Amino acid sequence: MPYDSIVCVKQVPDTANVTAEAMKEDGTVNRSALPTIFNPEDLHALETALEVRDEYGGTVTVVTMGPPKAADVLRDSLFRGADRGILLTDRRAAASDTLATSYILAQAIRTIGRYDLVFCGRQAIDGDTAQVGPQCAEKLGIPQITYLEKMVNIHDRVARIRRNIGHGWEIVEAKLPVLITVLETANEPRPPAAKRVMRTKRARVPAEAAAEVKAAAPNASEEELAASTQRRVASLEECGLLIEQWNLDDIHADLQRCGLAGSPTKVHRVQAIVLTKEGYTEIPPTEQGVRDLIHELVVDRTWG
Amino acid sequence: MPEPNRQGEVWVFAEQEDGALHDVSMELCGKARELADRLGVKTGAVLPGAGVGPLAKKLIALGIDTVYLADHPRLAHYQTLPYAKVLDTLIEKHRPQICIVGATAIGRDLAPRVASMLRAGLTADCTDLDIADVTDPKAKVEHKNLLLQIRPAFGGNIIATIVNYDQWPQMATVREGVMPLKPPNNDRTGRVVEEKVEIDDLSMALKLIQRHIEPRKVNLKGARVIVAGGGAIGSKDNFKLIYDLAGAIGGAVGASRAAVDSGYIGKEHQVGQTGTTVRPALYIAVGISGAVQHRAGMEESAKVIAINTDPDAPIFGVAHYGIVGDYKQIIPMMIKAIKDKSR
Repeated sequence: MPYDSIVCVKQVPDTANVTAEAMKEDGTVNRSALPTIFNPEDLHALETALEVRDEYGGTVTVVTMGPPKAADVLRDSLFRGADRGILLTDRRAAASDTLATSYILAQAIRTIGRYDLVFCGRQAIDGDTAQVGPQCAEKLGIPQITYLEKMVNIHDRVARIRRNIGHGWEIVEAKLPVLITVLETANEPRPPAAKRVMRTKRARVPAEAAAEVKAAAPNASEEELAASTQRRVASLEECGLLIEQWNLDDIHADLQRCGLAGSPTKVHRVQAIVLTKEGYTEIPPTEQGVRDLIHELVVDRTWG
Repeated sequence: MPEPNRQGEVWVFAEQEDGALHDVSMELCGKARELADRLGVKTGAVLPGAGVGPLAKKLIALGIDTVYLADHPRLAHYQTLPYAKVLDTLIEKHRPQICIVGATAIGRDLAPRVASMLRAGLTADCTDLDIADVTDPKAKVEHKNLLLQIRPAFGGNIIATIVNYDQWPQMATVREGVMPLKPPNNDRTGRVVEEKVEIDDLSMALKLIQRHIEPRKVNLKGARVIVAGGGAIGSKDNFKLIYDLAGAIGGAVGASRAAVDSGYIGKEHQVGQTGTTVRPALYIAVGISGAVQHRAGMEESAKVIAINTDPDAPIFGVAHYGIVGDYKQIIPMMIKAIKDKSR
């Protein structure tokens, strides 16, 4: 029996590799100087969905919310085997916290319509909250299974899943539809397939097409730009290379529940981690130095 | 959507497994007491489970005024939907102003679901909580006595303070080990309120087939001394030196995320924001650069020794003793000095 999956993914700054160059003079992080990547656990969520399709048939639709540049992760998903990508992009969605984000994603999933499984990475590396998956499940009114380590099987619309519970694991069963969050230990994501890269590397969302048209003709008038963008979008669509782009109206979102208005949590203060050297006792890297240190630890009863 | 209830209590979700309270829930009782005293209100704990009544006394001894006991055979093992139903129902009924939950595998599964049901704000993985007046910079309105929810963000490169003006309760999950466990006072008195919550078949959406609990092999939290290695250790083989030093000094072995991600050592050894938070008497950081995400998990250690070839490594910023040099030479010297002392 085939199963249709929706995978929620996010493009994130590569926070694991924040170098000195990415720090501003005031000690804050310069987001734009950081390379963006496919949120690592979301790749495992995608792989889980692709494995379900390999095994049982069905479809894999990938949805992401972000600026037009986030279409990168949709293309990457197409390279790896996804059937369809959808970019949710809207300035009115900016500054959404997890509650607003999960509302918007749930509205998008409702708009897609048919699904048996929704997959999310457990958490994104820029926030590490792990909240959007469970909150999205609640908005959709379906059960959630967090921390998938292994999809054991799906039989007659009942999924059997092994989940990691920190100090052990459990195997649970749930009737579909269900939302599942995936750990990075779940699988090894397949690499982009060369054939698919060749076929879909020119796939664009309309916003990217517009930007490219503008970059190619910087002196063109608004009307000319609009007309050539329209032609470009039409030709992309004809070649099957148009990635869908939705805004909040397309998903019938209640604007009071999106963006800043829909976000109960507000950032009150952000402190960059300023590295202070408060002064420590420097121990020379010699036999004597080390010996004296151990002696001191014994004297002040830290050790022994 | 619940509105601010300034007389509301400060609540803790009392997580238990097989009749034993989770450490973090006990830690949170002390913090809830402190916050409630500052606000001049009472504390409460929600205790779902089957046959868990006896735990109420313990919660009261740790600073809870009212234990809301939800005892039901269907709550014997944690499951998202029935537990979320209990918490959601009781929050709507009693309207606490704050609800804190341990950031455990269970807490991080439960709290977002409940916050979504309530349409309340939720901040994950706080490392500190405080009370203060906050002015909304846009509306220029002052909000009295808000819960400051303090957490590392952006891979630990910034510390963010999050507030929730009016979509209450103010909810946060808090990492295990960051709040000190206060000693229980067995003379404290409090009340136990038995709550009846309906758990229908629909809530029992998941069927537990099999469960396997592994005993904790690495006891970082209980260790008096921890020797931790970082990415600069360079290989799995080299980690043997870290084990040797830990063996000589009688400590546990820890590691930074870089070392774990590189596959030098298992994740159960990881210290830091995404690993275990520790506060041993002595922490020896070897070849650890000291990213904030690591420091967030160990900077409460009583004494820190940092060993690193890079004199500018951030780890020295939280060290009491620093040795600039190659650990491959320094560790054998330390082992020798320790053995001489023990003799």
